[in-house]
Amino acid sequence: MSEPVIKCENVYKIFGANAEKMLQQSNGNVDAKTFQENGCIVGVNNASFEVSKGEMLVVMGLSGSGKSTLLRCISRLTDATGGKIFIEGQDLLKLNNKELIDLRRNKMGMVFQSFALLPHKTVVENIAFPLQIKGIKTEDSISKAMDMVKLVGLDGRENYFPRELSGGQQQRVGIARSLAVEPDIWFLDEPFSALDPLIRKEMQDEFLRLQEKLQKTIMFITHDFDEALKLADRIAIMKDGIIEQLDTPAKIVLNPATEYVRKFTEEVPREKVLLIQDVMDTSNTGNLGDLKVSKDEVIENVAEKILSQERSVAVTDENNKVIGSINPTKIINTVFGGRKNSN
Amino acid sequence: MDYLKKYPKLFQWLFLLIIFFALCFSIDVPETYKFIRGQAEFVKDPNQSTYVFLGKEVRYYAFDVFWRLPPLLGWLPIWINDSLFFLMNEWMPMEFWNEDTQEYKTRPLVLEISRTLTSFMTFLIFLIRETLLGGLETIVAFTSWDWIDKNPWAELPGLPWTIVAAGFAILAYKLSGKGLAIFAGLVMVYISIFGQWKPSMQTLSFILVAAPLSFLFGLGLGVAAYKSKRVEKALYPIILVMQTMPQYAVLVPALVLFGVGDHAAVIITMIVAVPPMILLTLIGLRAVPPEVIEAGRMSGCNNWQLMSKVLIPTARRDILIGVNQVIMVCFSMAVISAFIGAKGLGFNLLLALNQLNIGLALEAGLCISLIAILLDKMSLAWANKQTDYFGNLTFFQRNKNVLFFVASVIIGIILAYLGSFIFKDTFNYLFEVPHNKGISTADFWNKGVDWIFDTFFVYIKAFNTWLIVEVLQPMRALYLRMPAVATLVLVVGAGYLIGGIRSALVVCALTLFIALSPWWDRALVTTYMATFGVIMSCTIGFTVGTLCFQNKRAAAFMLGVCDIFQTFPSFVYLIPVMMLFGITDTSVLIAVIVYATIPATRYTIEGLRSVPAGLHDAATMSGVNKFQRLTKIEFPLAFPHMMLGLNQTIVFALFMVIIGAFIGTEDLGQYILKALSDKNGAGIGLTLGICVAFIGLIFDNLIRTWVEQRKKHLGID
Repeated sequence: MSEPVIKCENVYKIFGANAEKMLQQSNGNVDAKTFQENGCIVGVNNASFEVSKGEMLVVMGLSGSGKSTLLRCISRLTDATGGKIFIEGQDLLKLNNKELIDLRRNKMGMVFQSFALLPHKTVVENIAFPLQIKGIKTEDSISKAMDMVKLVGLDGRENYFPRELSGGQQQRVGIARSLAVEPDIWFLDEPFSALDPLIRKEMQDEFLRLQEKLQKTIMFITHDFDEALKLADRIAIMKDGIIEQLDTPAKIVLNPATEYVRKFTEEVPREKVLLIQDVMDTSNTGNLGDLKVSKDEVIENVAEKILSQERSVAVTDENNKVIGSINPTKIINTVFGGRKNSN
Repeated sequence: MDYLKKYPKLFQWLFLLIIFFALCFSIDVPETYKFIRGQAEFVKDPNQSTYVFLGKEVRYYAFDVFWRLPPLLGWLPIWINDSLFFLMNEWMPMEFWNEDTQEYKTRPLVLEISRTLTSFMTFLIFLIRETLLGGLETIVAFTSWDWIDKNPWAELPGLPWTIVAAGFAILAYKLSGKGLAIFAGLVMVYISIFGQWKPSMQTLSFILVAAPLSFLFGLGLGVAAYKSKRVEKALYPIILVMQTMPQYAVLVPALVLFGVGDHAAVIITMIVAVPPMILLTLIGLRAVPPEVIEAGRMSGCNNWQLMSKVLIPTARRDILIGVNQVIMVCFSMAVISAFIGAKGLGFNLLLALNQLNIGLALEAGLCISLIAILLDKMSLAWANKQTDYFGNLTFFQRNKNVLFFVASVIIGIILAYLGSFIFKDTFNYLFEVPHNKGISTADFWNKGVDWIFDTFFVYIKAFNTWLIVEVLQPMRALYLRMPAVATLVLVVGAGYLIGGIRSALVVCALTLFIALSPWWDRALVTTYMATFGVIMSCTIGFTVGTLCFQNKRAAAFMLGVCDIFQTFPSFVYLIPVMMLFGITDTSVLIAVIVYATIPATRYTIEGLRSVPAGLHDAATMSGVNKFQRLTKIEFPLAFPHMMLGLNQTIVFALFMVIIGAFIGTEDLGQYILKALSDKNGAGIGLTLGICVAFIGLIFDNLIRTWVEQRKKHLGID
């Protein structure tokens, strides 16, 4: 496997006057309570993970869990107190100001919860802003920005001011702006949290469509577990600055690592999240009916078919080869069984 | 007892008032006490006591310390004076190369700095002034007088007024469109045909130097304060004092440092105009959402780009208010600095007021106000300008404004040239309408004033007498009757009840400074006039604001009126009141009331407007009628903002009271005015100014502390 695009090793972010000193004394064993007694607040506590090229890592946590702080460490909007961060092999914390600016101008894009558009610039000017900052000529930057306007479906509104747009439209501008420099790494900080539910769903679909096309390396922050399940390749669940679990959506739903994670997974409609391959029985491939289902199907889509059978159903891979089986009772258990059934 | 528990604050206040009155009644007026008028205070009197501090002798009338505190700070003005003198004339003599005499000359450092600064300012002013009006100085600055003598043709000819007018109209068109262009054109034509061209252009050249410089300095210092806590801490007290310092008071020390003339006026204007600009820049930058800053950083901005392209434009709203303030202050100072020899409309205005030629004063005042409104609108339009990237424009369309200007220059020159033939024996009206050859309506106004006086003299006089005898004199006597100790107790007690020990200490220090200065009695008179003005202004302002708030259009209209009135230089307010009431305290007070009503009205409307719509609906659904809604919902919520209005009203009132000294009042302002012509006036002027500023700051501190608590209590911000 090639080198990960983002790599974090034991990243700490601690706010407070003596943060660095206290971190050194603690020998990597940070306890939020003792730190708080000494006037420090732990934002990120020992985060280590990798994000590979084209992957979407969703960091999920409630407010105050340190998820935004983690993102700001990786974009170096704040400096991590301890640990190492590598962006495409470069040690982020060792970059000087100029190199950092260069990295941001060419490799990084970021979308913000409150859109963070410049109020004095029109849609197209906002999108062209990072290009102009880079020193690209006005005409070229505007024409490039117009392409972006089209990409996010805002044609005809390029001369509007942010205040004249709805929230969803404003966030489209934010997305277009973050993509204008064609970054490899895309940071999204709760991009849809400020939107109405219907618009949010529409934007999520739009976002998936874009990602299908662009294949960026993404870190996506959200407090909405459903959103995380819908979008993520992998999910990191954070609490009090600690990453409680980092895994694929299916594995998190089936195997919550801690009590905290379990609480989130309880209400999740499993049939919508889990694939056949997540629940199939690989040991039993004999004595099956005629019906075959693909391992990549979402349970919800094939449940009715499977439940109409009496015998186990064969599960096939992409080459139509039988690799396992699934019993109708298994489906019922998975969907209705609650937590007891989590393999 | 139950009441006591229910309203502890009320009883604390009552207790404070009881102590205050007890003190007032128990301390008798000393027999020797009388309010000292005019020069008498400088006459040596065997009854006076003296003390010596820092080598300065201070003379004063000693009273019971409970009645009046001895002027323990009496040495301060003299000391400031001597220090200034020492700085200017003796401190750090150095050798400087003199261009004219081609030799080294020994001069004190401060003097040299001041002279370099003033000559730079003079150059800037004359550069603009001579472009507009013609002259020699600019060319001399690059060459020498000898060179001019040899080349008599070398003189800036000045622009014909037609070109300047066209230029303004075209610029206004480019910035905003037809409406402003027509307004600009009309203003210029008006100025020209009414014969105010020369003084107007002199004023304009002064403003065009002072305003941009103030803006740049204010913005720069504001940014510095935003970036560094230390800079902010250093600037804050200056900003605070300057906010309530009457502009008059700065004149005198600046006079010593920078001499007399336009250049000194520019420097003083900057001293006055920069602090509010710093403050508003700082407020604006602070209010930029952190995510916008992060977005800028993530777009790859370096520090400079972040400041110039993200922070400052995003903070534009507040910075624009700052620009507006700068322009207001500049025009205000354009008049006031006529006292130290600045040329232009202000000088004419003062002269006319001095001669009681109300008509002339009115014309000059109108010109200043019109130019002020024009520049204000143009600067606003400039900041809101938008670029069109998609228009497919031809060469002509893209450059039409430039082309029009070139055309108007050519036409203007031709007209002026033709004019030199048409008006061969008289003045070339197509080049410049001379000051006394324009149309003048002065006679009309003067006759009008005479007519008003003749017709209504009896009534005006009766009103005047009634007001002075029945209201003002008693009120003044009451204020002067307060023993110093009682006042101190009242003010400090109020500070303690409102803001706790911290507020009490601040207020105590401010009051003590005034009480220990030689001008406590004068300060009381200033306070009494300001109090009267503020009470009237607030009554009118709150009423008008509340009434206008009932109708959206009326509210918008009223705010517009406030905007325009605010643009008038403060001196202009004296003109109409002098028309009606002549030279009396009534005139001053009415000017105070009119001027100070502006913020009272504005803040009332804004405060009522800021009440959330949801609350309106909630109230309506609870079945309140309009009056109940106003008293139970809107007033309580809008009150903190209205109190900020009160704060502004006090500052405005104080300013106007001080300016009123020009008409003749017996307060601190009178002494400031007197300090202007005193060769040792610098220290006196400055100390007096600080006294006035401190009066403002006492109220400022009390009101602000109260508002902050109230806002926290109501959960609004």
